Amino acid sequence: MRALVWHGKHDIRCDSVPDPRIEEPRDAIIRVTSCAICGSDLHLYDNFMPGMKNGDIMGHETMGIVEEVGPECRNLKKGDRVVIPFTILCGECDQCKRGNFSVCERSNRNKDIADKIFGHATAGLFGYTHLTGGYPGGQAEYLRVPFADRTHIKVPDSLTDEQVLFLSDIFPTGWQAAVQCDIEPTDTVAIWGCGPVGQMAIRSAILLGARQVIAIDRVPERLSMAKAGGAITINFEEESVVERLNELTHGKGPEKCIDAVGLEAHATATLDSMYDRAKQAVMLETDRPHVLREMMYVCRPAGTLSIPGVYGGLLDKIPFGMAMNKGLTFRMGQTHVNRWTDDLLRRIEQGQIDPSFVITHRIGLEQGPEMYKTFRDKQDSCIKVVIRP
Amino acid sequence: MSGRGTQRRRGRRTDSTLAVAQGLGWFSIGLGLVEVLAPQALARGLGMRGHERLIASYGAREIATGIGILTARDPTPWIWGRVAGDALDLGTLATGLDGRNRQREKVGLALAAVAGVTLLDLLCGRALSARRSGRRLARHRDYSDRRGMPQPPEAMRGAARDFEIPRDFRTPEALRPWTSAA
Ligand SMILES: NC(=O)c1ccc[n+]([C@@H]2O[C@H](COP(=O)([O-])OP(=O)(O)OC[C@H]3O[C@@H](n4cnc5c(N)ncnc54)[C@H](O)[C@@H]3O)[C@@H](O)[C@H]2O)c1
Ligand SMILES: [Zn+2]
Ligand SMILES: [Zn+2]
Repeated sequence: MRALVWHGKHDIRCDSVPDPRIEEPRDAIIRVTSCAICGSDLHLYDNFMPGMKNGDIMGHETMGIVEEVGPECRNLKKGDRVVIPFTILCGECDQCKRGNFSVCERSNRNKDIADKIFGHATAGLFGYTHLTGGYPGGQAEYLRVPFADRTHIKVPDSLTDEQVLFLSDIFPTGWQAAVQCDIEPTDTVAIWGCGPVGQMAIRSAILLGARQVIAIDRVPERLSMAKAGGAITINFEEESVVERLNELTHGKGPEKCIDAVGLEAHATATLDSMYDRAKQAVMLETDRPHVLREMMYVCRPAGTLSIPGVYGGLLDKIPFGMAMNKGLTFRMGQTHVNRWTDDLLRRIEQGQIDPSFVITHRIGLEQGPEMYKTFRDKQDSCIKVVIRP
Repeated sequence: MSGRGTQRRRGRRTDSTLAVAQGLGWFSIGLGLVEVLAPQALARGLGMRGHERLIASYGAREIATGIGILTARDPTPWIWGRVAGDALDLGTLATGLDGRNRQREKVGLALAAVAGVTLLDLLCGRALSARRSGRRLARHRDYSDRRGMPQPPEAMRGAARDFEIPRDFRTPEALRPWTSAA
């Protein structure tokens, strides 16, 4: 089959690779009908996440038709139409029983290495480094789904691929980001980053009833989409984020802050950003936590920071004393996708939201490598790419 | 490792302005290292004894700028940073033209060299800035019709209030009155 394969920094190719096979009794094989490129894939593309190997298949936002099932995958059959969550869950361990699927204790088959790095391993993820199991990803014609009897979301034929594909990741991710804020009707929610995750978080915060949603980015077309979803926008290259946020909250700062940017944050020549660039270049620091610092600074005391943005390793110059004294609450993590998807699927069916609004590019697998670059550089007004293998 | 290096260089070399910028970045680091490691020798050569600390601090500045140029996705602001640094260097060197300095000629030579590099910095900065504003003017699409919800946001606000936040995601009770006080 053909698949998008990682060969190193900025080197993704559309290669021919062996078809996946059933390996474990609970596996299923999916024929992929649609998949997407995620902002998280860019951290691999830019080589900021440790644990990728030459030849790894990319992709963790995937859906398709069941082709084949293992003997113990009893609730799926050939022909079923499913969206595959990016977090692989066993459904039986202590964490899964609590709904904490992204830290499933059994789905990460590289648990021994991951335990050393993380203290305790996180769940297995598709196409996302060997620290999360090294499972081949879904930017391919076929995908092997481990623990498939639990790791799937059945979707009705009445909805199109584009309407349900993002149940795999960015819609529940934006939703969980807003849920982590436990939004009150009086709240101002400030959201850094108007990429696909930020866009979903904006709409989730509106639906969950935030009084005011403020979105921050510098890419004009992304800001225009944020505004369409109900956000007041701030272009961080043109105005001071802290000043504007204070202005919009009577000098008190937003109660809830969401980081939908992560470790590759940009900044306009601020001292901390130069420092991060230099340290990252000489490998003394892995991440650029500019947004985190800004959130900690501007958030109202006793407020909440919700962090769906991905971080990879070591962060420097985090004003933790400030956060402690302000009594801030931090909530973060990879998304517990299946914890939210029944509810979100119902909302899509009811027409409360149609996540396909975010799609700007539709391509075949061969155009994948070039589209990674387009998406990364935000060229051609690209916000979300859907691939039809 | 070497594979990654060539990949990066290949990607960047296709563009001559960026190549010049990168050259200037390495130059910054090289000059900076000399200034940081051998400020005494430089001060002696230029007849500017007593300025060793200043020279070393200029070196640190050069190194930082160099790293900025080489690592930033867009080196434009860093190149302008070099131009500002050039002005400082020229100003400092000019004080060495004092008639009492026996190394006046060497200072003159250094001034000429810095002036040459300054010109290169200026040209490179201008070319990069022009590209940047060109990119900014590049047409970007308007997505103000991409609401994603059936009604305007005002009407959709709170439509999902029926959603019950799970217990483990709730704000601790003690913090509630603070955050909800508008
Ligand atoms: N927690 C999860 O489970 C999960 C799931 C999906 C994605 N993510 C992460 O969420 C983040 C966003 O993903 P995406 O797909 O939207 O990516 P994206 O790269 O398209 O979006 C990031 C946006 O942040 C903006 N940005 C950069 N610096 C900024 C700054 N200083 N202030 C404000 N905005 C800034 C960029 O211009 C860009 O529009 C990534 O880190 C991704 O890895 C996490
Ligand atoms: Zn993702
Ligand atoms: Zn589990």
